[in-house]
Amino acid sequence: MYGFEAMTFNIHGGYLEAIVRGHRSGLLTAADYNNLCQCETLDDIKMHLSATEYGPYLQNEPSPLHTTTIVEKCTLKLVDEYKHMLCQATEPMSTFLEYITYGHMIDNVVLIVTGTLHERDVQELLEKCHPLGMFDSIATLAVAQNMRELYRLVLVDTPLAPYFSECITSEDLDDMNIEIMRNTLYKAYLEDFYRFCQKLGGATAEIMSDLLAFEADRRAVNITINSIGTELTREDRRKLYSSFGLLYPYGHEELAICEDIDQVRGVMEKYPPYQPIFSKLSYGESQMLDKAFYEEEVKRLCLSFEQQFHYGVFFAYMRLREQEIRNLMWISECVAQNQKSRVHDSVVFIF
Amino acid sequence: MGEGGSPSTMDLMRSEPMQLARIIIPMESSHRTISYLGDLGLFQFKDLNTGKSPFQRTFAAQIKRCGEMARKLRFFRDQMMKAGLFVSSWPSYGSEIGLDELEGKLGELEAELVEMNANTEKLQCAYNELLEYKLVLQKAGEFFHHAQSNATSQQREYGDRLLEGSMDSPLLLEQEMTTDISKQVKLGFVSGLVPRDKSVAFERILFRATRGNVFLKQDVVQQAVCDPVLGDKVEKNVFVVFYSGERAKNKVLKICDAFGANRYPFTDDIGKRHQMITEVSGKLSELKTTIDVGVLHWSTVVQSIANQYDQWNSLVKKEKSIYHTLNTLSFDVTKKCLVAEGWCPVFATSQIQKVLQKATVDSNSQVGAILEILHSKESPPTYFRTNKFTSAFQEIVDAYGVAKYREANPGLYTIVTFPFLFAVMFGDWGHGICLFLATLFLIIREKKYSSQKLGDIMEMAFGGRYVIIMMSIFSIYTGFIYNEFFSMPFELFGRSAYDCRDPSCEDATTIGMIKVRDTYPFGVDPIWHGTRSELPFLNSLKMKMSILLGVAQMNLGIILSYYNAKFFKNDINIWYQFVPQMIFLNSLFGYLSLLIIVKWCTGSQADLYHILIYMFLSPMDDLGDNQLFWGQKYLQILLLLSALVAVPWMLIPKPLLLKKQHEERHQGQTYAPLHGLDENIENERDYESHGGHEEFEFSEVLVHQLIHTIEFVLGSVSNTASYLRLWALSLAHSELSSVFYEKVLVLSWGFNSVVILIIGIIVFVFATVGVLLVMETLSAFLHALRLHWVEFQNKFYEGDGYKFDPFSFALVAEEDD
Repeated sequence: MYGFEAMTFNIHGGYLEAIVRGHRSGLLTAADYNNLCQCETLDDIKMHLSATEYGPYLQNEPSPLHTTTIVEKCTLKLVDEYKHMLCQATEPMSTFLEYITYGHMIDNVVLIVTGTLHERDVQELLEKCHPLGMFDSIATLAVAQNMRELYRLVLVDTPLAPYFSECITSEDLDDMNIEIMRNTLYKAYLEDFYRFCQKLGGATAEIMSDLLAFEADRRAVNITINSIGTELTREDRRKLYSSFGLLYPYGHEELAICEDIDQVRGVMEKYPPYQPIFSKLSYGESQMLDKAFYEEEVKRLCLSFEQQFHYGVFFAYMRLREQEIRNLMWISECVAQNQKSRVHDSVVFIF
Repeated sequence: MGEGGSPSTMDLMRSEPMQLARIIIPMESSHRTISYLGDLGLFQFKDLNTGKSPFQRTFAAQIKRCGEMARKLRFFRDQMMKAGLFVSSWPSYGSEIGLDELEGKLGELEAELVEMNANTEKLQCAYNELLEYKLVLQKAGEFFHHAQSNATSQQREYGDRLLEGSMDSPLLLEQEMTTDISKQVKLGFVSGLVPRDKSVAFERILFRATRGNVFLKQDVVQQAVCDPVLGDKVEKNVFVVFYSGERAKNKVLKICDAFGANRYPFTDDIGKRHQMITEVSGKLSELKTTIDVGVLHWSTVVQSIANQYDQWNSLVKKEKSIYHTLNTLSFDVTKKCLVAEGWCPVFATSQIQKVLQKATVDSNSQVGAILEILHSKESPPTYFRTNKFTSAFQEIVDAYGVAKYREANPGLYTIVTFPFLFAVMFGDWGHGICLFLATLFLIIREKKYSSQKLGDIMEMAFGGRYVIIMMSIFSIYTGFIYNEFFSMPFELFGRSAYDCRDPSCEDATTIGMIKVRDTYPFGVDPIWHGTRSELPFLNSLKMKMSILLGVAQMNLGIILSYYNAKFFKNDINIWYQFVPQMIFLNSLFGYLSLLIIVKWCTGSQADLYHILIYMFLSPMDDLGDNQLFWGQKYLQILLLLSALVAVPWMLIPKPLLLKKQHEERHQGQTYAPLHGLDENIENERDYESHGGHEEFEFSEVLVHQLIHTIEFVLGSVSNTASYLRLWALSLAHSELSSVFYEKVLVLSWGFNSVVILIIGIIVFVFATVGVLLVMETLSAFLHALRLHWVEFQNKFYEGDGYKFDPFSFALVAEEDD
């Protein structure tokens, strides 16, 4: 029923959309960031944040603060908001909201598996996991020795199970194939999410396909850049690209054969939406690419709030908050290590 | 309220005159000065550092300290909650304590508590571990016991079967048995506790990881167990896992870790097991006493904190607010003084000066703080000195909009008109008495209730207790007028004026009754009750009364606009707004009111609708039967003409005059002012530059005036009609109460059965309380509110001021968490 969301959307989604838009107005503004960037100590940051929505989460922290505490508490707020929304949601919105967390689940799985590979303590690893991507049996991941076991023991019970079909091998786990697993999973996840949004139809499909296409393209570029100079073959690299997005399929063919960053740039500059991102970078530079992509993403996410009656706002809100937490982490890290000159390097203003 | 304030009786007519003051405070006495001003609570500080973010301000460090102390206090409160002590129930006593001292003390106490908590936690952890161990020993012991008895019985059975004949037993069984026996030696096992909600997943993962080569036995532990790691009560299962081989063991151990299952060593030897159980029990009782002693110590410490918690809390809050205020002050050029700016009422000047002196003396400062009065173009805040009676009424007005500075305050009139209009809709002296008694209860226990926290709804009723008691008193009064008591008529003020023509009273409903006595002295004659013509009579009475009340209140509103114009010296508003408005309203609806009164006094049967409608349609026609007094026709023509004149009078001159005024002022600006006194010149300049800044757009003013005129002309009709809600609601109220009385109480009485009567009374009481006393009160309240906000206040009230918000410790203490 494209175009008729306005008639029925509010029956189930109205309350939550109001909630999420309310949450959005609590995002830190450029003025907040300016003030935060001027902070001298972490206590100053806490003091400033106590005037924002993060106040109640930080107020009971004893004074010698650490960056991790700040980030942890801010994430806790996001998780609380997410759980509240999930509790209130009905189908299909609840499935949509769950889809948002799968990305974190993949990251957590990879984190634990790599961690155990390097013989780290499981408890320590669990603390590092993103709380949105937790599932019951996550701690048991440490038991698995290879992909097949990983799947058979643990992941078969999780929502990630269907994404695993492509990467079940009996090889022992090592850094390389864990990374390949992460990307294969992510590819399958994005494609699945994309299909799900298409199935929902209407404004949700329209907006989410745009956002997810951007995500897929960004991943494609990152995979290409990261795999330059590794033993990953072109064919394998080609397999990791998601089968949608602006670059699909011709861009992918070209990306698959790139040998250095400037070739990637050449490929990407053929696509008008990505031209401004690359035009900001000088040749041979890949450090600032992340920030440029983040900025573009934030811009797109903010735009999704311009339209009403779709689920994209939930995705956008979660992503924006995560970006905000990344910003806070960077600022606090800079403040804590007395590197204030670098504060602006990685902070992406949301408004 | 203040001893220095002039005892003016007209406090509520207009808001207090305010002044902008600047206080220059020497650094050394600044803290004390602010603290004293906070005690006084009559100075509103302006933020002079709006450009600075909170942590860049001068006293950010102190605020951080206070925040840290507040955090410690919150920690203490959590501890007190844990100990089951209530915060507010402890009276605060003990000597005054300084902030630095308190900070040290809080730090010590926190460290002590944290250490104690850590110790008890450690002990508790050990205790819980032992407790779990004991459980495992007992439960797992049972498994083994069962298993052994089963095994022996099976063996016996098996032996029997062998004797009976091997034909029906499977051939492989023997082989299986033998391998079993040979492997039994290598079987290892792990026992422990796993949280119950994870037990299924635990079993599943174990099965998958070892490809089914384990044997798991679980048993439910009845009561929840304290988890040694988390410290919470968790429901758990005891499990024993049997496995074979080293690799399986590693896997099982890893899975146990992953599921947070605590493992405990265990033997299958019964003797050893019993010995271990007694050992563990002994250790448990030992630990228990240690923990008890620790907890006792902890609770005494928490108790001592609880005794002083309130005092400390309020001290910290106060200090924090003082530093927040200090942060709004700016530094003097010399950096030795702080400069505060803010608003204070004029009457408080001497009080503030006294306080400043006192602060100087108390802090042994050599230089006193200086108070200067500034002149400003800014509009000052609005401040009414209210007491506990008037504040609720003022709140009603403020909820619509805070009065402009020195504007006529409708709050004063609201005190009488609000309860009265409410009572017109709620007229029943029985209900009034119920309401009165309920509110009286609140007022009598005022002291007790004001100190404690009430629920949302209760808080609302308590806050408006004086409004409600006034409403109930007025309802009793109007109830007497309507002669309503739960819809029963009473002959309170003498006997009814009417009587039947003959003793049998047969023709009372057909021909009617005759008047035998003087008119019933007060209110409605009770004989009307229950007659066929009761409704038409009451409707006519209440409708006319509503119009009279409405016209009176609207006239009051317009008259207040006159006083406003006079006060602000705005002649244009008097002559081109107030006068035509008065003429317009009174020539139409004032005349209608006059007709009503004349009709009541003369007992004429003239049709007022007819008169009023034909006054417009054909003013020249003869009135005929409807003539009430001599010369009515000419009066009507005169009134109609004056109403017609009043409309352009309202519309046209004011914008033109404003334009002229503006042009004159504009011209005058080119000339330099020639005045003797310096201050005068300054004032004048302020005034003129103020005038000059205003943009004057003639078309805008004209449109504005057009809207105003249309609104007033149409409004005078619709507002008058709006007052008919008084009649409608009072009708609804009396009809509802008569339904409850007749259809419930009287009906149940008729059955002559005690049970039905009791049920009837219960239904009647609940209906009366729920519908009439609660819902009707609310609806009549809302309608009275609307009549005040819309019909009354739109005649004069601007309501675009802002409230005086002084720095006061009394207010700081109130805003809780």
